[in-house]
Amino acid sequence: MENVIEIKNLCKKYSGFELKDINLNVPKGMIMGLIGENGAGKTTTIKAILNVINSYDGQIKVFGKDSKIYEKQIKEEIGVVLDDSFLSEYLTPCDINKIMKKLYKNWDEKLYFRYIEEFKLPKDKISKEYSSGMKMKLKIATAISHNPKLLILDEPTAGLDPIARNEILDIFQDFIQDEEHSILVSSHITSDLEHIADYITFINNGEIVLTKTRDELLENYGIVKCSKEEFERIDKKDYIKCRKNRYEYDILVENKEDFKIKYDIQIIDKPSIEDIMVIYVKGEK
Amino acid sequence: MNIIISNSSNIPIYEQIKEQIKNKIVSNELKKGEMLPSIRSLAKDLRISVITTKSAYEELEKEGYVETVPGKGTYVANKNTELIREEQLQKVEGLIDTAVSIAKISKISKDEIRNMLDILYEED
Repeated sequence: MENVIEIKNLCKKYSGFELKDINLNVPKGMIMGLIGENGAGKTTTIKAILNVINSYDGQIKVFGKDSKIYEKQIKEEIGVVLDDSFLSEYLTPCDINKIMKKLYKNWDEKLYFRYIEEFKLPKDKISKEYSSGMKMKLKIATAISHNPKLLILDEPTAGLDPIARNEILDIFQDFIQDEEHSILVSSHITSDLEHIADYITFINNGEIVLTKTRDELLENYGIVKCSKEEFERIDKKDYIKCRKNRYEYDILVENKEDFKIKYDIQIIDKPSIEDIMVIYVKGEK
Repeated sequence: MNIIISNSSNIPIYEQIKEQIKNKIVSNELKKGEMLPSIRSLAKDLRISVITTKSAYEELEKEGYVETVPGKGTYVANKNTELIREEQLQKVEGLIDTAVSIAKISKISKDEIRNMLDILYEED
């Protein structure tokens, strides 16, 4: 499968924080969810892709081209929504249109106003007066109206209510109806990505812990619930991590069916991405 | 066409889709040559990932229920209805076989089972 983003051995050192040897591919036509706790390295990784951090080690290719050398060309074809707004809140959608028309060669005014209408955003109101959900929709409309092939979003659903989050997810699925379109989206609200992301990459403490398809993760992984005695007869290579509580042990395993056959333990839950994340971070081995 | 997905079920989502489409083909609700929704639009309508619907379609294709024409779409295959019937018949036979062996162990008579069948058949 063709990749729209290819990150090879990305390393970046700050005082007190480090990205360690990040390798990540985003396949074309897919939604890749980047998950991890706050400060895990999601935003730094995204900023490296956009070439907005100073010097890093490793190589990043977007649409198969080196992201440092072809930065300008690449940016014509990506839409970006970052955590901190890059547009003044004292602008109306109409003002934004005027600005973007000058910035992007491919800016599609008609498409932009179609989104504004579809998202029910008042055209002549400054966005400061919008709700958080509306502000995010305006950012997304602004990011996708130059017909980008790749949409990169950092925490687009943070701070939004469930209804607004749901509407944002609809926008994503609409966007990838065109199989040339791909999305890289980071979030610490994992339930958002649980349904619609095709791939999940989990980043923890500056390192990638896992990259799997959504189905591998949610249909195969399991959380075994057992006693201390039962845990002691489990081979170390048969589980990923274990979280020890006073009354039960929660053990994360890669394939719940295989585990069930090998060990006679009946309680194996289907995990959510959040469960997997928590056991990875808090569990031990 | 209804496709009903349960997120809390132990059956993987791609399998739920596959089974439901298969049932519709077997029962002739989906007819030969009929076009199925595209992978991407089905994913959107069911609010699931593209890869999940793709796996369901791939399995259906492997088993010969659908055919994908690149660049056009996925269609219900011209699979021999006799063949499908034969497969279903085998499935039914297998299940009856299990029922009979349980019945024999518990000394349940042939007539009792016949009665059961009559009642079950009339139910719908």
